Amino acid sequence: MACISPDGKPTESGSKMLRALQSGLGSPEEIAREAGLPLFRVRSGLRELTQAGLANQKDDSYELSPKGIELQEAQ
Amino acid sequence: MEEVRERVISLPRLGEPAPAFEAVTTHGVLKLEDFKGSWLILFSHPADFTPVCTTEFIAFAEIYPELQKRGVELLGLSVDSVSSHIAWVRNIEEKTGVKIPFPVIADLSKEVSLAYGMIHPGQSKTETVRCVFMIDPNQIIRTILYYPLTTGRNMDEILRIIDALQTRDKNAVATPANWRPGDMVIVPPPNTQEMAEERLKQGYECIDWYLCKKKL
Repeated sequence: MACISPDGKPTESGSKMLRALQSGLGSPEEIAREAGLPLFRVRSGLRELTQAGLANQKDDSYELSPKGIELQEAQ
Repeated sequence: MEEVRERVISLPRLGEPAPAFEAVTTHGVLKLEDFKGSWLILFSHPADFTPVCTTEFIAFAEIYPELQKRGVELLGLSVDSVSSHIAWVRNIEEKTGVKIPFPVIADLSKEVSLAYGMIHPGQSKTETVRCVFMIDPNQIIRTILYYPLTTGRNMDEILRIIDALQTRDKNAVATPANWRPGDMVIVPPPNTQEMAEERLKQGYECIDWYLCKKKL
């Protein structure tokens, strides 16, 4: 997992993506610009965050899930 | 009599969609579709911790900024584990100071290698040869290069081909032998006699009606 470490915590790139989602950005392109990450990494990372239950996908856009909001608020 | 069924894998060819994949890499699990909208150079090397491959990885890392300027991503591949890849790229950085910025597929199952025809049993039954697949933003294969195990790739040529393909896409022209950015390009051949006659009046540099060049 590139965005979630084996101990279940977000990696640096995972945290950048979660912060971008928290700020209201939803498309992979916007998140890539905000996080300063390559688009392919963001697409792959968003898949991981979704699988981990931290983000939800709606069509081509993403948002934090309740679990993702809880995690960000605990930071 | 027992029927024997054999799976025949057709090798990818120019102008065809690149075979889809989902693979474990040093940057996590990546799919081909993650690169949609960017150019992608997918390249294979025979094995980690080998001398020619190490020089190539350093050379790919050195041209990476130039590739980025052209909207091109790099993706390496070999039949090694992700732990081996991580150890090798860390070793390269430790010994040479060059950070490998691109992901590398750990293709232990050989799924991607076989789909792309990267294993040539005449060279090695277990290692991938030095392949380069240039895939455009629509995920169509635009160039395929194969190098033998003992010959390292030429990065200038890789950049030159990317420049030529992008120039072709932007301007609907072809590029002559040994073309470099800034050189004259070839105007596509005319389809009719009328076009051939008109062409000669258009101020192109023509050797004859079928070979005309122009500056961009």
